[in-house]
This record gives sequence, structure tokens and C-alpha cells, in this order.
Amino acid sequence: MIAPVATLEREEFHFIRDFVYKTAAIVIDEDKHYLVEYRLGPLIEREGIRSFRHLVSELRQPTSGPLRSRVVDAMTTNETSFFRDARPFDHLRRAVLPQLIERRRSEKCLTFFFGGCSSGQEPYSIAMILRQFFPELDTWNLRLTGADISSEMIRRAREGVYTQFEINRGLPARLLVQFFEKAGIHWRLSESIRSMVQFEERNLTHPLGLTGNVDIFFLRNVLIYFDQEERRRLLQQVRDGLRSDGFLMLGAAETTVFCNDLFVPVPMEFSNLFHLKGTPNPINLNPCQA
Amino acid sequence: MEPNRRTLVVDDSRVIRTIVSRALTELGFQPEEAGNGREALERLKQGLLPVVVMIDWNMPELNGLEMVQAVRANPDWEDVRLVMITSENELDRVQTALMAGADEYIMKPFTKEMIQEKLNLLGVPIPAAAAPAA
Ligand SMILES: C[S@@+](CC[C@H](N)C(=O)[O-])C[C@H]1O[C@@H](n2cnc3c(N)ncnc32)[C@H](O)[C@@H]1O
Repeated sequence: MIAPVATLEREEFHFIRDFVYKTAAIVIDEDKHYLVEYRLGPLIEREGIRSFRHLVSELRQPTSGPLRSRVVDAMTTNETSFFRDARPFDHLRRAVLPQLIERRRSEKCLTFFFGGCSSGQEPYSIAMILRQFFPELDTWNLRLTGADISSEMIRRAREGVYTQFEINRGLPARLLVQFFEKAGIHWRLSESIRSMVQFEERNLTHPLGLTGNVDIFFLRNVLIYFDQEERRRLLQQVRDGLRSDGFLMLGAAETTVFCNDLFVPVPMEFSNLFHLKGTPNPINLNPCQA
Repeated sequence: MEPNRRTLVVDDSRVIRTIVSRALTELGFQPEEAGNGREALERLKQGLLPVVVMIDWNMPELNGLEMVQAVRANPDWEDVRLVMITSENELDRVQTALMAGADEYIMKPFTKEMIQEKLNLLGVPIPAAAAPAA
């Protein structure tokens, strides 16, 4: 029999908090006891683990790799949607992408990296924009890479199947008609869009091995889970990964305050777009069109 | 200039109308209601000029699709954004609605956030939000 699920003792909480921090750099505040119970309670039940105490002792085993990754998985927040916040995607389409394409015309190559891409809506939103509004890119070499630490999210992203709830959120109906088909009660994204994005299960706090060829680094709603030091380290990696005239895009409520010496905001309302300090503002922008 | 906050909710279910209206009110709009397409067209003819109309599909007298066609046939209402909000959830239905002139499509069940996100897509300013939702 499974004992009435599971109360989380202080020490166990601390162990799990430290474990998640060490593994994924995700900070769980001291008052987030309930969050750990709420997210890991169902997991230990599913795994047939008797209590948090047993969970902790299993995590201590060097052979607990798969369980460790499921615990990290469960502790990530994967909230996302197609065209999240709408406006940044508008700016990209209207101002940033046309100029970037102009500048890369001779190489015919664009590289986008999506850090913390969750179930794929963000890279797929960009892929749909590229397909729909920039048909000339069909002959270009487009490299879109989505990376996330959660194996479950990467599995879902690769699969490209979304619930009605998910396609109701932020996805223009025109793109639904153009790029999706019904699969039972769910919706499947067409192969033509899915094949544009590669997904990788990766930890952003490990070396990303990017070689300075990224045109836009999307890092939206990810830094918030990290502490100052980890944010800074990651942004340094982003700097090293970007081309000298490349861009960083953060989430709607995020800034690079802790990295002002590396990045400068592109003067555009609500876009949360940054370029490297020391390069002249590489994009010519009309004042924000509402 | 004060932005237009008027909206119209067209559904034969009073319960649904109330829910949609409440969501719109919370977003800062001033919703009015109609119980079917014919009533809704009458309101428009009387001079109600909403920024957006939320339209159910299956309704007596004049259904949502017919209403969309009627609105789109009148150039005076060109700027009115039309959003279908319906339990019709097959792809060909979405396609049909768009071809008739609907601007967006929401499948029931819906949330206030979905409405807000769709209005953002259409560039309709949300009165209750100074900046786009985080
Ligand atoms: C809130 S979601 C943001 C999704 C998407 N970027 C957006 O803005 O809609 C944050 C994502 O970051 C991922 N994440 C958290 N820590 C990570 C790490 N150390 N390495 C890689 N991904 C991580 C989570 O798994 C989650 O899917």
C-alpha cells in the first residue's frame, strides 16, 4: 500500500532544491515548499515511490539518471504559447527580418537559436512567419534550433501535436488553416514546418558550443528562473554565440540589467530586442508602429 | 482621441453571452449583446459601430456565418473586426469562416486570455492593458 502521499520534510525540501539548482540552475525559493509538493507529489505516486524520503534516497544513487531527469522535468515551468505577446513577432516580421535578410543576401543563411523552447510553439511561430511572409527564403539555408532541458517538452516539440486549448492561444486562424491538420481531437503541425526546426535536449547552463554564427538568440521567459550569476554566465554564452550584428530577444518583462556591459536595447517599444554593445545599432527602425 | 471601446457579443445562449461580455468588460471594453445574427445586424444598422464583434456560429434566424457575410457585404463596416467564437472545431469550418470574412476564430471552451491574445493579433488595443500582457 502507498502511504498517504507524501509530506515533504524540511531536509528533503532542501535536498531537492539544491539538486534542481545544481542540475538546471533553477532557483526554488525557500517559501516554495508547496510547489515542490505539488509538482513532485504526482510524480512519486506515478513512479510508485513511497515518500519524499524515498525519493531523496533514490536521487542519491548514482544510477538514478532517468529519475533525476524526470524530477528536473517536473520542476520546470513550461508555460508558452504561439506568438506569445504578439507584438515582438510583429516587429520581427515588419522590421527586423526584412533587414536581416537584406544583409545576408549573399550568404543565403540564417541561424536562430531558441533557448528554453518548451513544447515548440516559439520556434514554430518563427518558422511559420518565415514560410508565410518570406517565400524567397525557400532556397536559403535556415537553421532553427530549439533547446530545452525538459525531455518531455523536447519530445512534444518534435511531435508537433497540440491540443485545442494550445492552438486557441495566440495562433492566427489563417496559420491554423494553412499549416495544421486535425489529428483526432488534437492538431498536428505540417511536416513542412516541423522539418524547419531541430530540437535538442540541452542544459543551457552547460557550454552551448555556439561559434558566433547565431543571428537571433531567443531567450524568452527563461532567465527569470536563474540567479544573477547564472544569468550573467548564460548571457556571456549568448554573446559568444551571436554574430557581431546579431540580436538577443528576451521575454516581455525581462531586461539585461545584470549584463548592461554586454547588451544594449534596440530602441523599439515592447520588442525586448537587444544587440551587442560596441556594434552600432544594426537595425534601422522607424519609431514603433503600433 | 478616446479609443472605441464598444463591442458586440452575438450568441443565442444568454449564459455564454454573459461570460464573453464579462471577459470583454474585464479587458476594458463596453460590450452589448444580441441573441442572433439578425438582431446583431439591426444593432449595427442603428449605428452601433463596435471595434469587434464576437459571433457564435449556430443561432436561430440568422446564423454566425450568414451574419459575417452580411457584415462584409457592407463597406461601412469594413473596419469592424469579426471573431467567431464557437464549438465548431473542424478545420473546414475555420476555413469557411475566414473565407466569408471573419478575422479570427476561437473554439469553445475559451478563456479570457484567449480572447485577449486574439485581439492582440488583430491589433485591437486592449483598454485595460497599458502594455501588452506579460
Ligand atoms: C516558461 S518556459 C518559456 C518558453 C518559451 N521560451 C516562451 O517564452 O514561451 C521556460 C522553459 O525553460 C526551460 N528551462 C529551464 N531551465 C533550463 C535549463 N537550465 N536549460 C534549458 N532549459 C531550461 C524549461 O524547461 C521551460 O520549458
